[in-house]
Amino acid sequence: MGSLEQSVHSTGHHGPATGITRWLYTTNHKDIGTLYLFFSLTMFFIGGCMALTIRAELFQPGLQLVRPEFFNQMTTSHGLIMVFGAVMPAFVGLANWLIPMMIGAPDMALPRMNNWSFWILPFAFTMMLSTLLMEGGGPNFGWTFYAPLSTTYAPPSVTFFIFAVHMMGISSIMGAINVIATILNMRAPGMKLMDMPLFVWTWLITAFLLIAVMPVLAGVVTMMLMDIHFGTSFFDAAGGGDPVLFQHVFWFFGHPEVYIMILPAFGVVSEIIPTFARKRLFGYTSMVYATASIAILSFIVWAHHMFAVGMPLAGELFFMFTTMLIAVPTGVKVFNWVATMYRGSMTFETPMLFALAFVVLFTIGGFSGLMLAIAPADFQYHDTYFVVAHFHYVLVPGSIFALMAATYFWLPKWTGHMYNESMAKLHFWLSFIGVNITFFPMHFLGLAGMPRRIPDYALQFADFNMVATFGAFLFGFSQLVFVYNIISCIRSGRQATDRVWEGSHGLEWTLPSPPPYHSFTEPPVFTHPYKENDRGV
Amino acid sequence: MNQLQQRNRSLLIKLLAGTVLMFGFGFLLVPLYDVFCDVTGLNGKLQNTGALTQEYKVDSKRQIRVQFLAVNNESMPWRLRPEQAEISVHPGQMTQTAFLAFNPTERNMVAQAIPSVAPSEAAPYLHKVNCFCFEQQPLAAGEKRAMPLVFMVDDQLPGYISTITLSYTLFDITPESSPVSGIAVAPARSVL
Repeated sequence: MGSLEQSVHSTGHHGPATGITRWLYTTNHKDIGTLYLFFSLTMFFIGGCMALTIRAELFQPGLQLVRPEFFNQMTTSHGLIMVFGAVMPAFVGLANWLIPMMIGAPDMALPRMNNWSFWILPFAFTMMLSTLLMEGGGPNFGWTFYAPLSTTYAPPSVTFFIFAVHMMGISSIMGAINVIATILNMRAPGMKLMDMPLFVWTWLITAFLLIAVMPVLAGVVTMMLMDIHFGTSFFDAAGGGDPVLFQHVFWFFGHPEVYIMILPAFGVVSEIIPTFARKRLFGYTSMVYATASIAILSFIVWAHHMFAVGMPLAGELFFMFTTMLIAVPTGVKVFNWVATMYRGSMTFETPMLFALAFVVLFTIGGFSGLMLAIAPADFQYHDTYFVVAHFHYVLVPGSIFALMAATYFWLPKWTGHMYNESMAKLHFWLSFIGVNITFFPMHFLGLAGMPRRIPDYALQFADFNMVATFGAFLFGFSQLVFVYNIISCIRSGRQATDRVWEGSHGLEWTLPSPPPYHSFTEPPVFTHPYKENDRGV
Repeated sequence: MNQLQQRNRSLLIKLLAGTVLMFGFGFLLVPLYDVFCDVTGLNGKLQNTGALTQEYKVDSKRQIRVQFLAVNNESMPWRLRPEQAEISVHPGQMTQTAFLAFNPTERNMVAQAIPSVAPSEAAPYLHKVNCFCFEQQPLAAGEKRAMPLVFMVDDQLPGYISTITLSYTLFDITPESSPVSGIAVAPARSVL
């Protein structure tokens, strides 16, 4: 990569452009990472407001605040915004900021495409959110948009929803291509694949998952579009189609999608725990193989979302056993994190607190997932609040906590300032308590038979719903502390050192805090952090 | 830089090809799904076989109960019911029956019946020689008609199956149909 000298010559002496064009035209991985992160934070709050609308309506039985039609639009939009607008772009933002700095690359491999893949997103989500104001309302068929609810019985705005999903898909695919090209082609000389930080590994595997399944999502919404407007009958039994086919194709995308949302979180936690345990990560190789096995298994388990649809016994058993098989590599990961902490010199800064909460609460979500995987038992849990509790436990204290941990962990590196530690700890404890008060009672509600996606419920569910709503408001409003802390950290704060944390390891910590606009224009000499210094100190 | 750009470009092309391939695979899942259902006989989907090409011998020692069901898809206002709810047949014996359809609305409508068989293992063994479900069925406003069904149960039907249920779901496929259609006469139960 000696030819990089050219770019040093031409880019070494100018910083970012000024004004709005800096952000519109930027091809800089740090700028685009920042844009992604702020975009997803905005979406997190929009989706959060929808969640609080849902919880406020469910505070008491009966219909108080919103009409059932609007309630359905809230549950649907909340799911879509959080999945496609908050969690996925946030991880792409982290990838943009961190992957080039972690592998010693000057930027992402395809910077112009990087700009494009971000700037599609605001338009996609403006289009999707605008449907809420249209005649007939926005999408109201659940985030899984099963046909025929989303075709024959859909509101007229469904076409906008379809195009919005197309645009999100294009954005994700371009982001994934960029990540793969960066990781495979731009690593610092001497860095082998098995030397890469685990965050980079998990993102490499996630990017392949994205390329494999986002086109299938595009395909399924295209089929919907054709059924609605061009007279085809993919999902219409009257024309020889099959609505169950929709569920199969959707979940063929949908199950890898849930790992797309959690694998980078595994990567984040695998960076943070060794730092604050002041030990190298236990079982690096097994972590890589576990991530890859989870990704491969995700393609053959999709029908466990459809146990109640009427499958033959052989099918139920196949999907039940393959689903349970996923617990093995996931268990390897959890045990590795625990083993990393074993006899470590642990300290409990905020990133570590979030990472620890991740390990504990994600494991709870994993166990309720195992319960749902048992086909005969699933008939009781299917489409109840138990499912809601399960996937919120893996997504909120799973993905979202990992994102918060990552924010606190790398914020001093990004901004050059330390955040306010006591305010961050307050944010952690409020979030931790809020999340559990919100979602733990939902297990009981589901086991007692409360269906999901309903605006009103039977009286016996009243107490737990009231508790959950209190928790939701506590969790929701405590995120304002998070935002305040981030903004004040960007503006001012104690100067952060280059290494920031005592136990930090990896190439990004060799850069100054904040890193220069163009970093690693000369490829660094890579020496394995663990091999050089076992304790990473 | 050129060498790196070259490598990035070739990787980009490969990954884009992968994307296009997976988009195609999404559509390929549709025929694959049908093939899978055909091969395994899942889903109770029937072959619309038509005229039989081979001779079947009547197995007069076996009795098979064939039950008929008719269901309307949502918003379909027609009345449809089988002439006989249940028939006892021998395998290999050609049997004719009919479904009675009535269009109670004040407009001409077209319907399509979609058959389904339970247990699904029996689906390949139920041969329909003639069926109203082979074609779209128009009925004028207020019209009543008996729609024929000629079928035969294959003599290869597995021994453990003694009852077959043939169910039809009726779909409204009238062009430009609106779900709100006036009912001309309130049909008494006895009309059908």
